[in-house]
Amino acid sequence: MSWSSCGSSSVYSLSSSILVANDPSSKLSKRRFTPNISQPGWKQRRDSSHNNGGVSKVFGYYGLKSPPYKLDALEPYMSQRTLEVHWGVHHRGYVEALNKQLEKNDIFYGCTMDELIKVLYNNGNPFPEFNDAAQVWNHDFFWESMQPGGGDMPTLGLLQQIEKDFGSFANFKEKFTEAALTLFGSGWVWLVLKREAKSLAIVKTSNSINPLVWNDIPITSLDMWEHAYYLDYRNDKAKYVNTFMNHLVSWNAAAVRIVRAQAFVNLGEPKIPVA
Amino acid sequence: MALRTLLTRKILANSPLGTLGFRGLQTFSLPDLPYDYGALEPAISGDIMQLHHQKHHQTYITNYNKALEQLDDAVAKGDAPAVVKLQSAIKFNGGGHVNHSIFWKNLAPVREGGGEPPKSSLGWAIDNHFGSLEVLIQKMNAEGAALQGSGWIWLGLDKELKRLVVETTANQDPLVTKGPNLVPLLGIDVWEHAYYLQYKNVRPDYLKNIWKVMNWKYASDVFDKECP
Repeated sequence: MSWSSCGSSSVYSLSSSILVANDPSSKLSKRRFTPNISQPGWKQRRDSSHNNGGVSKVFGYYGLKSPPYKLDALEPYMSQRTLEVHWGVHHRGYVEALNKQLEKNDIFYGCTMDELIKVLYNNGNPFPEFNDAAQVWNHDFFWESMQPGGGDMPTLGLLQQIEKDFGSFANFKEKFTEAALTLFGSGWVWLVLKREAKSLAIVKTSNSINPLVWNDIPITSLDMWEHAYYLDYRNDKAKYVNTFMNHLVSWNAAAVRIVRAQAFVNLGEPKIPVA
Repeated sequence: MALRTLLTRKILANSPLGTLGFRGLQTFSLPDLPYDYGALEPAISGDIMQLHHQKHHQTYITNYNKALEQLDDAVAKGDAPAVVKLQSAIKFNGGGHVNHSIFWKNLAPVREGGGEPPKSSLGWAIDNHFGSLEVLIQKMNAEGAALQGSGWIWLGLDKELKRLVVETTANQDPLVTKGPNLVPLLGIDVWEHAYYLQYKNVRPDYLKNIWKVMNWKYASDVFDKECP
């Protein structure tokens, strides 16, 4: 009897699970998927379990989400080559590794990506699948945190909230940059909305950890793993971080996220929408 | 009187081990590589060696010196919180300097013995403990490939127990953080900067190839010194 540790509702629904049921009576299993391999998000499913005597064994797979822009759209600030390797090889690698690990048993079946990360984190004692799951989510979030023609400044409510919590946008920018440059080893820098404190904060995380594990709401992020900038900037981290702040970060995406967060965190007194 | 102090300070300032600052604080400088940047090709490209040595290692040294000066200041002032706060910067940058200094000596061009398997006592110790050199290499490659994020994979010697160990350390933690009696014989840098330009994310290929330029002579020397 299999059981699942997931099922509760979550803030976001960014997952893209693809379910394939192996029920002989179902028409779905008879259909052979012949996906266009070059299209991201599809993978030929290896039919590893056939006759179960009519009992359906369900597999859940996660798919690789494409960035919301073409791979050359962030030139010259982030090269096409970087996107090709970072998304096409690293990110894809994490997705495939995760799927392979989840294949082994189905106790994590039925989770959205957010739930999966919290469950796998296991309060600081992570399961081996945590790293891959978190990196899949982190990279999905990262691509959406950037846009062609990014940079500049946030506006309206998001700007107000930043000014409220950091004093000024310039101060926020300085603190964010400093956090990125003082991170030891691989990791990420995040602008998060802290649920308890009801305010924005800058958080550094190591390796694959993200603020979801502390139940905070990420607003934007910057990948400080070397593979994110090495091809374009070699070891010049400062240039990479400044370029991100000035030309890549998508304040539109951040605004959408904070608007959504307000459904769960009351930022205004009384309940006045801030963004 | 003043002239004499000036002269002494100048002599002290140019000692071979490092430059002595005002209060006798020893700072560090980038050690030269015992071979050309391109000498380890095709296992490790000249580009990577140059960047790795001139930029990354140099940055660790620069920041280590800075942290040491700040530490010296804080100690002199008796500022305990500042002293404690500086520990992570010292561990990271100092560790980076220590680890990379060992790393350059761990590598050698093929024509200078790089890749030649260990003989005599270290060779026997490896066969005894791991079965064979191939098994050791497999083990180190597997652990190196599985390391999440940034770190190092080490072949170390426990000088108390007189045993060889394979250990990983995260970020720039030196091997001694895994055990006070551990002496590094060989270390492989698995930070992405060590291989990315040439191997992209295929760390296993980098690990497979680096053995072709591994300087077992250095490891043997260290081993023989600790286990005569």
